[in-house]
Order: sequence, then structure tokens, then C-alpha cells
Amino acid sequence: MQKRLNALWNAIRRLSGDDAYERYLAHHAATHPGEPVLSRKEYFRREQERKWGGIRRCC
Amino acid sequence: MERRFTSLALWSAVAVGGAGAVGGIALHRGESINTLWFIAAALCVYALAYRFYGAWVAARVLVIDSTRATPAERFDNGRDFVPTNRWIVFGHHFAAIAGPGPLIGPTLAAQFGYLPGTLWILVGAVLGGCIQDMTILFFSTRRDGRSLGQMARDELGPIGGAAALVSTLMIMVILIAVLGLVVVNAMKHSPWATSTVAATIPIAMIVGLYMRNLRTGRVLEGSLLGVGLLLAAVAGGGWIDHHETLRALFDHEGLTLAWFVIAYGFIAAVLPVWLLLAPRDYLSTFMKLGTITLLAVAIVVMHPEVKMPALTPFIDGSGPIFGGTLFPFVFITIACGAVSGFHSLIASGTTPKLLANERDIPMIGYGGMVLESFVAIMAMIAATVLDPGVFFAINSPAGVVGKEAAEAVATISSWGFPVTVEQMEALARQMGEKTLFARTGGAPSLAAGMASIFGSAFGQGLLALWYHFAIMFEAVFILTTLDAGTRVGRFMLQDFLGNFSPKLGQTSWYPSVLLTSGAVVAAWGYFLYIGVIDPNGGVNILWPLFGISNQMLAAIALCVATGILVKSGKLKYAWVTGVPLAWLAMVTTSAAWEKIFSPDLRVGFFAAADSLAEKLAAGALPPEKAAVAPQLIFNQRLDAWLTMFFMVMLWTIILDMLRVCARHLQGKKVPPLSESPHEPSRLVEDWVRD
Repeated sequence: MQKRLNALWNAIRRLSGDDAYERYLAHHAATHPGEPVLSRKEYFRREQERKWGGIRRCC
Repeated sequence: MERRFTSLALWSAVAVGGAGAVGGIALHRGESINTLWFIAAALCVYALAYRFYGAWVAARVLVIDSTRATPAERFDNGRDFVPTNRWIVFGHHFAAIAGPGPLIGPTLAAQFGYLPGTLWILVGAVLGGCIQDMTILFFSTRRDGRSLGQMARDELGPIGGAAALVSTLMIMVILIAVLGLVVVNAMKHSPWATSTVAATIPIAMIVGLYMRNLRTGRVLEGSLLGVGLLLAAVAGGGWIDHHETLRALFDHEGLTLAWFVIAYGFIAAVLPVWLLLAPRDYLSTFMKLGTITLLAVAIVVMHPEVKMPALTPFIDGSGPIFGGTLFPFVFITIACGAVSGFHSLIASGTTPKLLANERDIPMIGYGGMVLESFVAIMAMIAATVLDPGVFFAINSPAGVVGKEAAEAVATISSWGFPVTVEQMEALARQMGEKTLFARTGGAPSLAAGMASIFGSAFGQGLLALWYHFAIMFEAVFILTTLDAGTRVGRFMLQDFLGNFSPKLGQTSWYPSVLLTSGAVVAAWGYFLYIGVIDPNGGVNILWPLFGISNQMLAAIALCVATGILVKSGKLKYAWVTGVPLAWLAMVTTSAAWEKIFSPDLRVGFFAAADSLAEKLAAGALPPEKAAVAPQLIFNQRLDAWLTMFFMVMLWTIILDMLRVCARHLQGKKVPPLSESPHEPSRLVEDWVRD
């Protein structure tokens, strides 16, 4: 049960983008180790601008 | 063996149940019919179509290859290309495709009765919309996640590419105008609705500031805060409505509200995204998913009776909400929910970049559209549980049924849908509105229907709160579409102008931002303005235009898909996309033909313009109508030319596709398939899947 609730919580976080920065850190550590990392604030600012650059929503 | 037998028995039961339920709603001719029939019919049709047709198309026609690396795997950059769990992709995809369209279209189409709309939503979705979404998603996935416009250019040639681009821009303009009109009509002389909708702007800004500065990137916290504030705003609106001086601040004419919406659209498009657009989108997604779930639960728990007849006399084209006969107008009115061209932009945009494996495509492409279609069925239910007399009283414009309440109820009752002034007054009081007569656009009647369903499920005493909650819910994501659409239009315009002046093409150069945003807002603002001053209610003009343009984009997407199928040597399967394409071409062309050439004043643009011009010249118009007549005449003619332009675009791309196919079959040179080469997936082995 606990495991399922955790999975649900993770899915909600993933869907809403709540865990975006943690995923970025993990991705960064895996692919570009040693390079400088964006801070949470910098990352969030950059991502929001980028996300809204195209068609994201429909009628 | 035994499993096979169980499965056979189960699917036979679904098939029999589905046939029974569809037959039930089709043949039923009584006072009322229970909504459970609709739910049962929809679920059975979807299950069968997904399990058999969708799976067959995926396996045999598209030939999905689960060992092939997807763009997300090959270009994994942790940003837009990310291999993602299929349920998460499904959530993102559904949140992106589900907008206000599937709620409004069925509500308007209910003027024909419940049956035509319901059948089209079911059949159109499983044979048309789902196929479009799935094939485009598949082809885009095989092409590094390229957009529909790029695919049209690569596979068919420059003409197809340009047509896709221009029509997307046009649809955006018409779509925003009609959605703006829906919100304006919902707020007209309603301090409660207006103050609640107005409050969503500062609430979104508070959430934006919270997520940017106070608790950076804590999306869930911020959204929860915002949802709490939105609910408080609904309740607060009730307080404002009862406050003598405050209510005057929010009590406005339609035209004033239209100017507010236009000004809002411009400001929202030039403000940074983090301040308004992004937080509003988070809120609207939460509200949308929450409310749709709530509505589904309430409908299943309460299973109210549908009071609208299966067919109304208005199938002959005399309907008060919009003019035009059952064929082709029901297929134009319900675009989203059955086939929506716009989805192909999402299915070739963000979604293919997230797919971890090609075998997720049926679930996301086909399944996502199935769910959207189900939302449309729920909207149809919410519209038809109202007394038909009440439904028509809310949705008929004053220009058709008369300005005075007594006049309107007499006209509507004479159609065979009895309704009284007292009944409408009592309903308006319950819903906390001054009047519910001539509240066109679909939002108020949908809100009244939803409020009555929610009210019976969760407490009758709160009807007014439920009504304004439903209005707020619709307004929140209509305004999101309005901001996001204006911004997309701006990007497309800047991209285009960049060909002539590189400076104008810079998305960060502020003068260009102001200029292009202004141009896009002016374009939809014009249609919104005309829609508001039109005494017959602009919905009659704008919604068919939107439907035609959206179906036209669907036809373009299906052209691209059909062209690719033929070029990949799958001529014998080309009917999978070819049949829905032929149907859409037929429907949009005949609807466009009628909109242009029909002598019926409520259908034909030219006929209406000429008749009005004659009356104006003869001095037969009352002064307030004569004042706006020249603008209305110009607009009707403009709409006719616009419709013609849509048709030229549509047939250009269809003929271009046929030309490419014919050349391919004759062995002549055609643009080569732009599919990326096969690369084996490395994710497949170490993934434990069902």
C-alpha cells in the first residue's frame, strides 16, 4: 500500500513538473559530471521560458 | 485455451452490451432516457474500438516496432526529449489536447436533439479523431518528433507545408475570438461571474510569484494555493453579488467586457510567461482534471434522466442557436470531441519527444482521444439533462426569440418546448444570476447543467456556488487558451516576418513583440467585437467558422498521413486515413458551400449581408440596428471570403496529396520518405513491462 501511494505521489509530482529540478540534477550528474550546475532558481527561469515557446495547449 | 475462451466471452459481452446501448439510445422515443445508457454505449464502443481497430491499425498499418529507439531515447537531453513512463506521457498528452472545445461543441449541437451529436462523437472519435491523433503521433515519432507543418513540407512539398502553417494561424484567430465570446456571454451583467473571472488574474500572478521567488519550482504547493484561492474567489463572488456598491463595479455590458478581454489578451501576451501564463496553465490543468473527474463521478452516481428528445424539429435547419441543417452542421459544430485538427499539432509537438517506446503509441494517441471524446459525451449529458425549454431559453439569442422574457418563452413554447417566465426566474435565482435568458455561447447552459448534476449529487443548497464554480472552471481554461494561442500566433507571425526583416523575427526584441502581439490580438479582437455587437449572437457565425477551420486542419493532417501511407507502399491500407479524410472533405466543403451560397439568411453569409444592406438602404432598420449594420454587412462578406479561402486551402492540399500519391504509384519522382533510419532501442531489454 505504502509503495503504491509513493508511486502515485511520484506520478503526480512528475506530471505537474514538481520534481523537474531533481530530475535535472540527476540527468546532469549522469551525463555531464563535473560541469557547473544551474541553481534551482536559474533552472526554473530557463525552463519556463523554453516550455512556452511552442504550441502547448489545444482548444 | 481457457484464457482465450474467457477473453472471447468477455469481448462478446462488451460487443452485445455496446450494440444494445447504442441501439437503446438510437431507438428510444419516450419522455426521457437515463444517462447510464450513454455511459454504457460510450464505454463499450471505446473498449471495442481501442482493443480491435486501434490495435489492428497499430500492428498492421503502422507496424509499430517496440525494438526501435524513439527520438526520446536517441536525443535524450533531459529537457524536451526525455523517455517517460507511458502513464505520465498519457497525462501530459491528455492535459494538452483537452480544452474548452469538447465542452462547448456538444452543448450547441444539442439543439438537434441528443442523438446526432452523441453518434457523431462516438463514431467520429473512434474512426476519425483517434486515428488522426495516433497516426500523426506515430509518423512524428518516426521523424524525430517533427511538427505537422514540417512533415507536410517534407512529405508533400512546399505547398502542403505553407497550407498547414497558414491554416494553423487562421484557426488560432477564429478559435480565440469564439472562446472570448463564450466568456463575455457568461460574464454579461453577472457581477458574480465577472468578479470571479477577474479574480483569476491576480490569483495566477500570486501563484506565479510564489513559484518563481518565494518557493522556486514548487509547482504542487503553488497550484494547491492557487486552487484554494480560486475556490475562495467563487464564494467571494457571491458576497460581491450581494453587496450594493461592489456589484456595480462588476456589472457590465457585453461590449465593455469584450474590450476588457481584448486588453487582457494583449497584456497577457506581452507579460513574461512566469507571471501569468505558466501559473494560469497549472491552475487550469488542475481545475480541468479535477472537475472532469468530479463530473464523471457525479453522472455515474446520480445517473440523471436526459430530457431532450432524440431529435428535435431543428434538424431542418431552423435552429435558434445556429442556422443550418443536421447534415453537415452537426459535424462542423462538434469538432473537438470527435475529430480535432488541433490535436495533430500536439501529437507532432511535445508528445512524440517523450515516448519511451513505440508500443505506447496506441494508448497515448488513440486512448487520449478516446478520453477526450468521453468528455464530449459528458458535456452532451450536462446539456441535455436540462428541460429542453430551459436549454433553448438560455441558448437562443434575443435576435431570434425576442428581447422580452414573455416574448421569448412564447416563441420557445410554440416550438413544442414548454417553458415559463416563472420557471426561468426561479432557475436564475437558484443559480444566483439576474437572468438566464439569451445567455448564448454554451457556457451558461453547460454550467447550469453541471450545477444541477453536482447539486443533486453533493447538495442542492449550493446550486449558485456550483454554477459559478462551473463558469470559473470554463473561464480559467478559456483564458489560458487565449493567452497561449495569442503567444503562438505571435511566434508564427514573427517567424514569418523574420523572412523579410531579421530584426522583426527576433522573439526577444520588444518592439517586435509589441507589434506582432498587437496584430494577433487585433485580428481576433475584431471577430470578438463583431460577435458581441451582432444581435443574432456571434456564436451563429463564429462557431461554424471555427468548426470548418478545425476540421480543415484535421483534413490536412489526414492528407499528410495518407500521403505517407501510400508512399510507404501501403496503398491497400490508405483507406484507414483516407475514409475519414474523404468524410471531412465532404462535410467541410458542403458546410462551407452553404455558409457562402445558401439563400437562408441565418446560414448564408452573402444572403445575410445582402438582405441587411437592402433593409438599411430602405431605411427599414431601427436606429440602433442601423448604426451597426454597415459593420455587420462588411463582416458577413469578410466571413464568406474567409470561408472560400479555407476551401481553396483544403482542396489545394488534397489535390497536392493526390498528385504526390499518383506520381509515386506511376514510379515518378516524389519527395522521399523522411523517416529516420532504424536504430535498435537499448531501453527495451532492461525494462520490465507488462
